[in-house]
Amino acid sequence: MTTEAAISVRRTDRRRRRVLLELGIVLAIALVLILVMPVLLSGFRLNLLGRFLALAIVALGIDLIWGYTGMLSLGHGIFFALGGYAFAMHLKLQIPPDASIQLPEFMSLYGVTELPWFWKPFYDFNFSVAAVILIPALLAAVLGYLVFRNRIRGVYFAILTQAATIIFFNLFNGQQQLINGTNGLTDFKTLFGAPIGAAQTQFVFYCLTVFLLAGAYALCRWLTSGRFGSVLIAIRDDEGRMRSSGYNPTGFKVLVFAVSAGLAGIAGALFTLQTGIISPRAMDIAFSIEMVIWVAVGGRASLVGAVLGTILVNFGKSFLSEQYPQSWLFFLGGLFLLVVMVLPNGLIGALRSQAGPRLWAILGKRQYVTTYPSLETDPDVQHERQNFRN
Amino acid sequence: MNAKILEIENLTVSFDGFKALDNLNFSMDVGELRVVIGPNGAGKTTFLDVITGKVKPTAGRVLFKGRTLRAKTRFGEKALPEHQIARLGIGRKFQTPRVYLNLTPRQNLEISYNRHKNVFSTLLKQAVAAERRTVTGLIETIGLTLKADMPAELLSHGEKQWLEIGMLLAQAPDLLLVDEPVAGLTDEETERTGELLLSLAETYSILVIEHDMDFVRQIARQVTVLHEGRCLCEGTMAQVQSNPQVVEVYLGRELSEESEISLAGGQTALLEVGASPDEP
Ligand SMILES: Nc1ncnc2c1ncn2[C@@H]1O[C@H](COP(=O)(O)OP(=O)(O)O)[C@@H](O)[C@H]1O
Ligand SMILES: [Mg+2]
Repeated sequence: MTTEAAISVRRTDRRRRRVLLELGIVLAIALVLILVMPVLLSGFRLNLLGRFLALAIVALGIDLIWGYTGMLSLGHGIFFALGGYAFAMHLKLQIPPDASIQLPEFMSLYGVTELPWFWKPFYDFNFSVAAVILIPALLAAVLGYLVFRNRIRGVYFAILTQAATIIFFNLFNGQQQLINGTNGLTDFKTLFGAPIGAAQTQFVFYCLTVFLLAGAYALCRWLTSGRFGSVLIAIRDDEGRMRSSGYNPTGFKVLVFAVSAGLAGIAGALFTLQTGIISPRAMDIAFSIEMVIWVAVGGRASLVGAVLGTILVNFGKSFLSEQYPQSWLFFLGGLFLLVVMVLPNGLIGALRSQAGPRLWAILGKRQYVTTYPSLETDPDVQHERQNFRN
Repeated sequence: MNAKILEIENLTVSFDGFKALDNLNFSMDVGELRVVIGPNGAGKTTFLDVITGKVKPTAGRVLFKGRTLRAKTRFGEKALPEHQIARLGIGRKFQTPRVYLNLTPRQNLEISYNRHKNVFSTLLKQAVAAERRTVTGLIETIGLTLKADMPAELLSHGEKQWLEIGMLLAQAPDLLLVDEPVAGLTDEETERTGELLLSLAETYSILVIEHDMDFVRQIARQVTVLHEGRCLCEGTMAQVQSNPQVVEVYLGRELSEESEISLAGGQTALLEVGASPDEP
């Protein structure tokens, strides 16, 4: 008993130390992003980085539902856009009290004289922030419940999410008077009296993005580790087996889909703040597919991979589109094909399976393949290792 | 008379007119170890599918501990979903081992052990020390101590079979349904599996489906022979072996051509994973 207790204590100790280490690394990266990057990068590039960090939040969400739980969503653009619109509506209502028309300017253009009812709650900052997260999350929960309860999975789920994206795109595109249709919401002026476009305000948004990304990472880390995380992976790998062990996968999927949508909403709001526009184009099917590509490139079922993939692909995209304005899309497509064919588990997957051991070797530390522990203690094997190593 | 853990009354399952189970009657006492044998396609797996709620019966009913596996709703009666049947205390091991390959044996056992399987308890309730100790004990029982923390995909076939039995135990059901636990195992592993099941039979009610006649002889007390969806006969191994009908459809072949039955078993195993029948 005492040795067992000691082992268990040691294990929790080790786990605690690992958590602390990871926390330290995340904090260090956040500090570098906030203190060092502004010195290294021009204002333009820093703004780009901020946008990509916002996109990394939606990538984390996609990794949760697709990488860990196995449901491929090609409709996260909806949730992203809903978050963006929710906060953009708050921004559009920052009208100086002495202005003659107390309406967003596009409305008077279309002859609207009174603020539509559903705009009114968005005067309130707290409501708007809650809406950024809760509207996408609730929508996902309702859609998810209907779909998952009927055991719709795999390709059928992916197609359904695409169909939903088309519906929402058309819905938003057609509402000229209510939400400015195709043009979307843009031309934001102030938030809490601070001018949105000013460098300082944008830096605040950038810092906010860094913090929220760290928070989102922590949340996903918590969800995917421990027993809950194991359950998600088990649902992904063999749902039928889970049922006969007494689990109902529906609730788990609904929760994860809702969390994932909430993250997309936050990402959308942060992205809108930093680009100054949200339009139905965020609900282009291509954009939703792109999100999945970021995660695929980084490595599904790896949170670090999702973040890294998003930043790399997007910087690659902006670099290529500057250098080769005509043909960058082909480059990007080719790059994607290459990564998927050569590195089916993404960058992180490759790092884990190939580069990892090699890196250890370079550092002078040998890592044994741990397939059969009994081999490790076998004197014959030890002898062979020592004498015939390469 | 003992209390019944499982009663099956006039059960029929038809797939597009083909009766995989045909007016089957069956019952099993609490604490009993029952072996069900029968040639391939006899309906053994379908039989388990009905008990666990995976397949809905066309007619007839299943009683577990004296109650039907149906629930009353506002709109009338409906069959309980699989996960609720499992929570009543029915655990199942599948014909081909179905463990979660990307999780470690420890994680496999932990999620099966989890006593509160709804979403929020799973998320918020941490595993207590007692639970971790039980899981460690289980890992020892199934002989995977050294491999407890590596992905289960690295386990051998036999180890996966044992891990799945371990998952069943972790679930602590009252009735264990075990579908062909020794398929693909070596003779030594088969014998150890038999010993394990016999020791488990002291605490659980177990229904084992098996092909391997040596194994059946090792563990069987009461045997049920299933043939073309019907219960052909029931009794001790000796009674069953001397039943002329059984000898004709099943054992006859085996008794006269001892080696061929295992070959047939191997072939049908191939068929079941979808290989084409014309393969050698
Ligand atoms: N889902 C299904 N649809 C149609 N036929 C099925 C289905 N499942 C099983 N069967 C048929 O029912 C019969 C019994 O199958 P099964 O219960 O798997 O037999 P056993 O496990 O005894 O080998 C077989 O002839 C099989 O082809
Ligand atoms: Mg079978």
